[in-house]
Amino acid sequence: MGIENKLTKFAEGSVLVTSLEKLINWGRSNSVWPCTFGLACCALEMIATSLSDFDISRFGSEVFRPSPRQSDLLIVAGTLTKKMSVMVKRIYDQMADPKWVIAMGSCASCGGVFQSYAVVQGVDQIIPVDVYIPGCPPRPETLLAGLMKIQEKIRTEKLDQRPDHTP
Amino acid sequence: MDTQSVVARIDRKHPGSILKFIKDANEIVAAAGSFPQLMKAVHEENFDMLVDIVGIDWTPRIPRFDLVYLLLSTADFTRLRVRLQTEEGQEVPTVSDIWHSANWGEREVYDLLGISFSGHPDLRRILTWKNFDGHPLRKDFPLQGKHFDKPFNPETIEDY
Amino acid sequence: MAEAKTITLNMGPHHPATHGVLRVVLELDGETIVKATPHIGYLHRGIEKLAEHRNYQQIIPLTDRLDYSSASANNIGYCLAVEKLMGIEVPKRAQYLRGIMAELARFMGHQLWLGTHALDIGAMTVIFYAFRDREMIMKINEEISGYRLTPTFFRIGGVAHDATDEFIKKVREFVKWFPKALSGYHTLLTENKIWTTRTMNIGAITAKEAVNYGLTGPSLRASGVAYDVRKAFPYSSYDDFDFKIPVGENGDVYDRYLVRMEEFTQSLAIIHQAIENLPEGPVQTDNPWIGNPALSDVEKDISALIRRFMINAKGPNAPQGEVYQAVEGAKGELGFYLVGDGSEHPYRMKVRAPCFYLASAIPRLMTGHMIADAIAIIGSLDVVLGEIDR
Repeated sequence: MGIENKLTKFAEGSVLVTSLEKLINWGRSNSVWPCTFGLACCALEMIATSLSDFDISRFGSEVFRPSPRQSDLLIVAGTLTKKMSVMVKRIYDQMADPKWVIAMGSCASCGGVFQSYAVVQGVDQIIPVDVYIPGCPPRPETLLAGLMKIQEKIRTEKLDQRPDHTP
Repeated sequence: MDTQSVVARIDRKHPGSILKFIKDANEIVAAAGSFPQLMKAVHEENFDMLVDIVGIDWTPRIPRFDLVYLLLSTADFTRLRVRLQTEEGQEVPTVSDIWHSANWGEREVYDLLGISFSGHPDLRRILTWKNFDGHPLRKDFPLQGKHFDKPFNPETIEDY
Repeated sequence: MAEAKTITLNMGPHHPATHGVLRVVLELDGETIVKATPHIGYLHRGIEKLAEHRNYQQIIPLTDRLDYSSASANNIGYCLAVEKLMGIEVPKRAQYLRGIMAELARFMGHQLWLGTHALDIGAMTVIFYAFRDREMIMKINEEISGYRLTPTFFRIGGVAHDATDEFIKKVREFVKWFPKALSGYHTLLTENKIWTTRTMNIGAITAKEAVNYGLTGPSLRASGVAYDVRKAFPYSSYDDFDFKIPVGENGDVYDRYLVRMEEFTQSLAIIHQAIENLPEGPVQTDNPWIGNPALSDVEKDISALIRRFMINAKGPNAPQGEVYQAVEGAKGELGFYLVGDGSEHPYRMKVRAPCFYLASAIPRLMTGHMIADAIAIIGSLDVVLGEIDR
């Protein structure tokens, strides 16, 4: 590995100084574990993203957790219906802080083509959303771009300004 | 299978149960009074699969609804349609004791069009939720529901 | 001795092995399932109601999202139903192209089933291979329509445009490559002791019962009924091709697996025959109120531009009447019951979804089996919730 050589050349085995905030954010941003949770068509592209051709593990997010309690990221992949909204809210509430949400696809973002009696017009009506991804369904590259946006957001976060922070 | 002769046999067995037979579409228009007997006879004539049940709202016509039963014989792959007209509030005898697939088919018609079936083992809403107001596939139901422009609250949804 | 008590276990709608948002309430006596009650509707989007408010062309993208794992197979069913209602003849080349796309869609559906079904039972490797080959089909879809998963390539009266040389080349490559991949799948599973033990004699159903429950497609054929819409009611030039209907004997999870694996070979034969014998000619009907004028004409001719705009924005009117058109989707008989009232919207569109009736058989199949078999049974039925709930 090249990184060890570079590090020893750079620091000669001594210490690196950084702020705790940066270190924590660096760790968090490179191990965002998504929840295994698919609703509709977009879930298939989410599966494709996690498998061989697109390989989400390059971004440290290959560990899809079926249990919401072990996951950091909720990818709402697909149409959110009113009947399902109760469960999605519950899954989000069960996730431990810190947590982030991606609204994947136009259905999750705004209802998409399904402007009907049974569909919630955007998942942001029930839970807060960090990143919206357009497309019906979005390409895997678009999902990866959304994931990188989340990582960018995490790296610039101030720990005392997070919603779960209690002074 | 020659549907014409099947219809003739059923008509001899249960006179008056068939109002009309449309040859081009292989369609029987059934009389409401002897509907269960007709369906049993059709099943005995080897139409062993109930492919689907379609409900159509013809409002403001009276009677309001059409029920179309799509049948198939897996012996020689003949299709047959049975049409039954029914009015709002009127109960239709279930056929789920003849074909099991009618169990969910009838539940769907009940949910989306509000036609009740008498003798059905488990007549509940299937696609929408428990406290859903109205029947979405009726023509007087708005496409976007009743509170489309208001913020949605998941706590209003009650489920089985 | 204490009185035996059953416990109730809720499975889903958020469960990694229910392939979407299916919810099954299980009543268990120890590890044995005494009663299973499926609850559906968690993906009910109101497609049938939406269809009543759109014109005939605009409904095609909605049908893509019914069974999203094999989208083109839904398009062909819908387009054929509208063409039956309007009495339109589709040119031969378009019929062949539709056949190729529908069979490729069947591949996509079956590969998703294979990967996830094996993953659920514990064979993790298969999904990586299945999705590697699925990507090839996604690239073919992208080549011809610009979309990976939901191509929306079909139009009423034909297909959107002619096949490119690149498309034909890619399909040929796929046909050449796939037998090798298929033998790889077989090596991983077919004679694998763990796989056969987990699947043989699980969730068996007799032919008579399967028909009574309204099962169609591979799940019915695994029980020994040779019902395939492509053979029984040929559509879109399927009678030109030489293929067999694989049939099982026991109707258990393993037979359903074998039938689908054999369908890979048969679909491949259809694609091979279609691509090698692709006839020349137009890909749109010559009816001026339905067939889209070519883009090259639109650039030169104002009347072609207006016509293209009218066809896509307003859409053709359908006569009064009722038709039922069934096709063989990846999961079984996919039917569209269309009621036309003379306007540009259907008065009523009913989708006969095969998965709806497959899911209704879950109580019958699961009762008496162990809880771990519940996953195998759901996987073997290959239900897609977009189609069940519509």
